[in-house]
Amino acid sequence: MSASGTTPAVHARRNELVRGLLDILPADSVLYEPEDLRPYECDGLSAYRQLPMVVALPSTVDEVQAVLRLCHRLEVPVVARGAGTGLSGGALPLTDGLLLSLAKLKSILAIDPVARTARVEPGVRNLAISEAARSYGLYYAPDPSSQIACTIGGNVAENAGGVHCLKYGLTVHNVLKLEVVTVEGERLTLGSDALDAPGYDLLALMTGSEGLLAVVVEVTVRLLPIPERAQVLLAAFDDVTKAGAAVGDILAAGILPAGLEMMDNPAIRAAEAFVHAGYPVEAAAILLVELDGSNDEVSEQVMRVRELLLASGATEVRTAQDEAERQRLWKGRKAAFPAVGRLAPDYYCMDGTIPRRRLPEVLARIERLSREYGLPVVNVFHAGDGNLHPLILYDVNQPGALERTEALGRRILDLCVEVGGTITGEHGVGVEKLAGMCTQFTPAELTQMHAVKAAFDAQGLLNPGKAVPSLHRCAEFGAMHVHGGALPFSDLPRF
Amino acid sequence: MAQDLTQALAERVRAAYLAGTPLAIVGGGSKPWLGRPVVGEVLDVSDHRGIVHYEPTELVLTARAGTPLAEIEAALAERNQCLAFEPPHFATPLPRGEGPGERVKRAATLGGTVGCNLSGPARPYAGACRDFVLGVRIVNGKGEVLRFGGEVMKNVAGYDLARLMAGAQGTLGVLLEVSLKVLPRPAAELTLALEMDAATAVARFNAWAGQPLPITATCHDGERAHVRLAGAEAAVRAARQKLGGEVLAEGAAFWSSVREQRHPFFARPGSLWRLSLPPAAPVDSSLSQCIDWGGAQRWVWSDAPLWEAARHAGGHATHWRAGRGEVFQPLTPALLALHRRLKQAFDPKGILNPGRLYPEL
Repeated sequence: MSASGTTPAVHARRNELVRGLLDILPADSVLYEPEDLRPYECDGLSAYRQLPMVVALPSTVDEVQAVLRLCHRLEVPVVARGAGTGLSGGALPLTDGLLLSLAKLKSILAIDPVARTARVEPGVRNLAISEAARSYGLYYAPDPSSQIACTIGGNVAENAGGVHCLKYGLTVHNVLKLEVVTVEGERLTLGSDALDAPGYDLLALMTGSEGLLAVVVEVTVRLLPIPERAQVLLAAFDDVTKAGAAVGDILAAGILPAGLEMMDNPAIRAAEAFVHAGYPVEAAAILLVELDGSNDEVSEQVMRVRELLLASGATEVRTAQDEAERQRLWKGRKAAFPAVGRLAPDYYCMDGTIPRRRLPEVLARIERLSREYGLPVVNVFHAGDGNLHPLILYDVNQPGALERTEALGRRILDLCVEVGGTITGEHGVGVEKLAGMCTQFTPAELTQMHAVKAAFDAQGLLNPGKAVPSLHRCAEFGAMHVHGGALPFSDLPRF
Repeated sequence: MAQDLTQALAERVRAAYLAGTPLAIVGGGSKPWLGRPVVGEVLDVSDHRGIVHYEPTELVLTARAGTPLAEIEAALAERNQCLAFEPPHFATPLPRGEGPGERVKRAATLGGTVGCNLSGPARPYAGACRDFVLGVRIVNGKGEVLRFGGEVMKNVAGYDLARLMAGAQGTLGVLLEVSLKVLPRPAAELTLALEMDAATAVARFNAWAGQPLPITATCHDGERAHVRLAGAEAAVRAARQKLGGEVLAEGAAFWSSVREQRHPFFARPGSLWRLSLPPAAPVDSSLSQCIDWGGAQRWVWSDAPLWEAARHAGGHATHWRAGRGEVFQPLTPALLALHRRLKQAFDPKGILNPGRLYPEL
């Protein structure tokens, strides 16, 4: 066991943990050399990096239980990690903590085509569930854009969304049962194979709890029949206000599209230059409206939505003529992030949700903030459910650019809260939006959340310092806010 | 009628917290039997009522907890929208002597509906009450007014304490306000009746649910199977052709009778159990039962307790209108311990509806 510039006390602590882990796990499932730890230093929010003390890779639930019992006894903090695709730093390691990777628990345990459920281990990729269910005509509905890589355990921890949430819900609406391991190493079943369970709705509480309450070791999800047909329409607008109003008109007319996405002009241009989806590059905004259902139903709704879009002032409405064109129209939207990535060396993805009627005002104010900070902002919007992803373009190599970007990001999130929205629609709080939590919640509300945490984890060993800021931390943010900066690379304080 | 009693209610709870006085929370008083009896000072929230905010184009409605469900449903219907989870009201007195009829003050409220997490026949297809909860304002057991969630569809800031209130029956906090996702009413709807036994019906319900069909309710009432189709005209027409059976003229009345338990199946004395089971669980044809929710909710008359049978089948039981004794399936010791710690986190002195769910909470 090597010591790499650590203090003797930390060194001794690490040795004790490693010795304990080697009693539980095979040697190749315990990592502690710096070069082995490197791949775990960050998740999808790569601006924050930190080597963990030790990484453990259990491959059975029994091993997970034993690891947690050990950490509980040694009072070592534990950060659980799936594929590490999260965008809020929820899986950011702790210098004095164990990084618990669930990647080896990756079996699809059972698919029940009759009851329409899949029982899977947490390391199973989101898309793999739908692929395994396809031969039964079934699929798993939540489809975060990282679905090719992200795991279901991480989806539960973050309550992941996707582009089809308006009609099909978030992770919390599509999970039936969880097996979790508590910080003491005890295994609990939350939810059931029925449609509800006695007692408090711990299934809902666990979903989106960002690894602070327990470690998910098995997930039973609900599968849905694959719709007979899906059709997409593209509408161009010369004004974002009209595009926003058109979304309201569609919903008010009683139509619930499977997907309803908006892109602003810079996003349209970036996507078009990148994948040549055939987007109208002069438009101020485009809407992509996906309708699914039975063949006849989709035909009927396409006609109605087309009329509604034209009546709302669309300058052009296009219907995908075939599956290839549908895929192409979606490709532009799905490639929006990498497309924007070509416009600047770095971009920072925000994730606020707003009441949709406030969209024109919010976009105008984001534009003003963008000028104030001298940083371009591109907007991609899950318009149906009000989830806005402003992408701030910057160059990390310019002195102060990251700090300025984060300050602008915070101003945008404060704006979302001010208009009645929230600081995170689907990416989670992690380490990234702790300051926003202080804006969105009162001290009493945050204290209530800490009390809930303590009911599961009295010593605060599970993913400490994430998701819910201490009141002390909020006071610090207040002070920092005056200086308009943030300190992303400082060691994570724990409370 | 609309009035905001937030401050007054918070002060009442605060005073009870300081004095350690247990409170029995009452809304419309329509379902006192759906839980164990609570001994405490009555905290009546029914005057804290009114729709605070309704924005049809945002598919969101916020109302105070004491607002009658009927008032909310009427406001939604005006804009051709609905509560897609179809909550039962249980407002009408039952024909049974020991029913709650004489104690019904008013009709079901929003707070009681969410507190009990009640959903109707659409539940397996549209989701449960808890699935539509976007945000809540509550008073916790210390008299603090707290808000969790919000009025937006997607919100992952902090723990989902809004949804946790659904089904907690006020034991974690007094509901003051609830924001719900609402949905358009389907353009077309019809009900088919099909002659088959219960076991065949459950097999069919499950098979149909695996196909892209516009089904929004399924029930075998002990006599025959019923299927409700709803959605776009074209989709309903095509599905009707496919499923066959006879179109029921009084379809809406049938579903309402199942939802409100006015169907003849429920009109008899005895001990009624609700079994919540995996939808494809085998059907015990020796039982007198009404099977709803595509097989996932089964109403059974039984003098013997069904806790063990329900657990064995992979689900749980509720002793409906029990009168005395336990109402909800006992929890495992580990889960009960966690429940107690959670209760303590919200209500340290145990003054909110103590014993309503379990003696220990």
